[in-house]
Amino acid sequence: MAALLGRMAVACLVSAGVFAGSALAQKQGGVLKVTHRDNPPSASIHEEATISTDMPFMAVFNNLVIFDPESSQNRPDRIVPDLATSWTTEDGGKRVVFKLREGVRWHDGKPFTSADVKCTWDIVTGRVDGKMRKNPRKTWWWNIKEVTTNGPNEVTFQLGSPQPSLLVMMAGGFSPVYPCHVTGPQMRTNPIGTGPFKFVQFKQNEGIKLARNPDYWKPGKPYLDGIEYTIIPSRATAILALVAGRHDLTLTGELNPENAKEIQTQVPQMQCIVQPSNTQGNLLINRDKPPFDDERLRRALVLSIDRKAFSEILSRGVNKIGGAMLAPPEGIWGWSPEYMETVPGYGGDVEKSREEGRKIMRELGYGPDKMMPLKVSTRNVASYRDSSVILIDHLKSVYIQGELEVLDSSVWYAKMLKKDYAVGMNVQGTGIDDPDVQFFENYTCGSERNYTGYCNPELEKLYRAQSQMTDFETRKKLVWDIDKKLQEDAARPVIYQSQGATCWWPHVKGLKLAINSIYNHWRFDDVWLER
Amino acid sequence: MLSYLIRRLLLMALTLFGVSIAIFLLLRIVPGNIADILFDSAGLIDPAEKAKIVADLGLDLPLYQQYWQWIGGLLQGDLGYSYVSEKPVLEEIAPRIPITAKIAALALIFSVIAGVPLGVISAVRQNTPLDYLLRVTSLSGLSMPSFWLGLLILMAFVHYLGTIPIYDREPATFMAGFTMLAVPAAAVGFRSSALIMRLTRSSMLEVLRQDFVRTARSKGLSEGAVTYNHALRNALLPVITTIGIEVAFLFGGLIVTETVFNIPGVARFLVEAIRWRDYPMVQNLVMFTATIVVVVNLIVDLIYMVIDPRIRYSE
Repeated sequence: MAALLGRMAVACLVSAGVFAGSALAQKQGGVLKVTHRDNPPSASIHEEATISTDMPFMAVFNNLVIFDPESSQNRPDRIVPDLATSWTTEDGGKRVVFKLREGVRWHDGKPFTSADVKCTWDIVTGRVDGKMRKNPRKTWWWNIKEVTTNGPNEVTFQLGSPQPSLLVMMAGGFSPVYPCHVTGPQMRTNPIGTGPFKFVQFKQNEGIKLARNPDYWKPGKPYLDGIEYTIIPSRATAILALVAGRHDLTLTGELNPENAKEIQTQVPQMQCIVQPSNTQGNLLINRDKPPFDDERLRRALVLSIDRKAFSEILSRGVNKIGGAMLAPPEGIWGWSPEYMETVPGYGGDVEKSREEGRKIMRELGYGPDKMMPLKVSTRNVASYRDSSVILIDHLKSVYIQGELEVLDSSVWYAKMLKKDYAVGMNVQGTGIDDPDVQFFENYTCGSERNYTGYCNPELEKLYRAQSQMTDFETRKKLVWDIDKKLQEDAARPVIYQSQGATCWWPHVKGLKLAINSIYNHWRFDDVWLER
Repeated sequence: MLSYLIRRLLLMALTLFGVSIAIFLLLRIVPGNIADILFDSAGLIDPAEKAKIVADLGLDLPLYQQYWQWIGGLLQGDLGYSYVSEKPVLEEIAPRIPITAKIAALALIFSVIAGVPLGVISAVRQNTPLDYLLRVTSLSGLSMPSFWLGLLILMAFVHYLGTIPIYDREPATFMAGFTMLAVPAAAVGFRSSALIMRLTRSSMLEVLRQDFVRTARSKGLSEGAVTYNHALRNALLPVITTIGIEVAFLFGGLIVTETVFNIPGVARFLVEAIRWRDYPMVQNLVMFTATIVVVVNLIVDLIYMVIDPRIRYSE
């Protein structure tokens, strides 16, 4: 089944003409209709960490730089100018100078200048109060010491140390440039950007409307007259609406591979791609409190996990197995299959790992007649609950008797923050396939998303060391070693990497998705409708 | 009559006051608040930012103060601002009320038009094949969850007609609006019509056996006059009570139907608002619903008085 779905994904990539769109004659006009799963928390991309906000509102903005829209993989060597026309590095990479595009205007007619860039990064680094309710990616910008302007068309980022990933993070959908003259509350409800589409309407539980920006700085673009997202919480209804032709495209990654297969059975010409959804299921182990302050017990727990079984049960083998970094071939930083074999708990012989786990547990005084009781906490969300039930089953193999504690979403993070749990089953996403994003967001000491509070001074040095490396292969080797150490330490054992599907009608042309991120290709300025 | 009305209106005010206290407290007993939910979508909690949101929204004030702020505003027509959209609550609710009201009204009309006559026919033709057919139909209506029926209808539309009757744009004409809402109204009204049909049937069977019906027949009245002028009028009292209760139940049924048919009405909006702990939105929507329910109950009681002289005279 996994192989079949994999072939289907590749076939779709090719047959969809994902990369062939530009060879055709583009047509002007038409409104692209997209299904959306839920109500975005707000329209302010900088304040949110969900595709629900990123996908619909990315087209309102521009970044300084973006991942090459023509490339199917987001990579550091495939970053192209956006609002910046060029950039240079100085002082051994500690200073990055951007030349800015001239003549660009915000949707309200005001001119775009270097002050807007400075303003944006002063807010997201927390130096200036931009009246944002929350700032979920503050940790991304830890290395920025200062942003200075040199006239209206040049801006300099002064870094603490050279950081090749800076451009990668700036190229992601979550890093738009905001206008200095618009307040935080307005950006949440009525965003102003420089992008190909202007914000028209955002009605809660109803939809989002964008209209073509006739003054867009790319001549002749965008091709579409507008984009309309309809919020359809019922997935069954959304699928039927797509099949009936009322919508052209689904929210990215929202469907599961089985849904995509079913849709293509009903409408054979429908284009679907199955790709990593940039979310992973992982375990949160409270190492600050008994019993898991004992390293041996953490190890025994990790050795009980059969990752292949998780993938088979949850996704019929479609979910990928890997560490913190996204597995290849989609991911560019993930372990090779050979390297993965050397990581404890990732070898093919699960029974051997479990025997080792049982040995540890016997040494700690547990056995088949004396199981260790354990509460497994999770959110009251289907994907979390399903994973937890499988985990509880696996734990029995090392004499741990798990009990499921289902928590309302509203108290989940508060409980994590208070360390009021022993083991938690967690699902989380990261916006970009990049080691700096992954390590500094989730594993560095003191980060807000480092729920377990894992802090390893030795690894801290390695995080920074890899962050400064410019040679891709050398850096990748170090990233693999760091990832291995994180799994060995049970910092946040990764169980699976999820896959999601996106479907669209063949009359949607010029849509180019990246295989290693769902967050970065939603500018829609190259998309047109061939009806 | 006037004293009765005044008494009922005072009781209504008391009921609504009780509802306001209940909903206000219940919402705050539920774990988590808007700040927790906002951070939930961001995948983290920053205690300082959370405290700022809580203070900005006045959630750190004593409960009595929060209650007074809300109820004081409500009495002056100020419903406050939504925590999520940061827009006035009235601006968010107002366009949604007519949508839900139209579906509820259409569903009610459908259920009464279908339920009452079919119930009468079923009773008059007791134990005939037609009665059996109608009983099976009504049982099906009661057994089928409306969301399941809704999904079946959607699938049938897509499969056979190549279209889907969901609300994804503002209907351009009255007829387009009617067509868009008629299908979900029928889906949700099917259960109510089944209930009304069964109740009308049993009530009619009971009345048809009574002496005054026999007397009417012996006076030589036609079967139609006996059934509709004498029996049905007496059998309608419990049916009217049920219709009144169904108004409240319809609202509950609409939550699911609005989700399946993707209708942006108040019912689905209320569920979302609860999920977000959007207190101003939930409190005002519940008060709105409660007001409708008590008003409908009052109307039902007044209709009783019109239909049944015994109640009118005892009052």
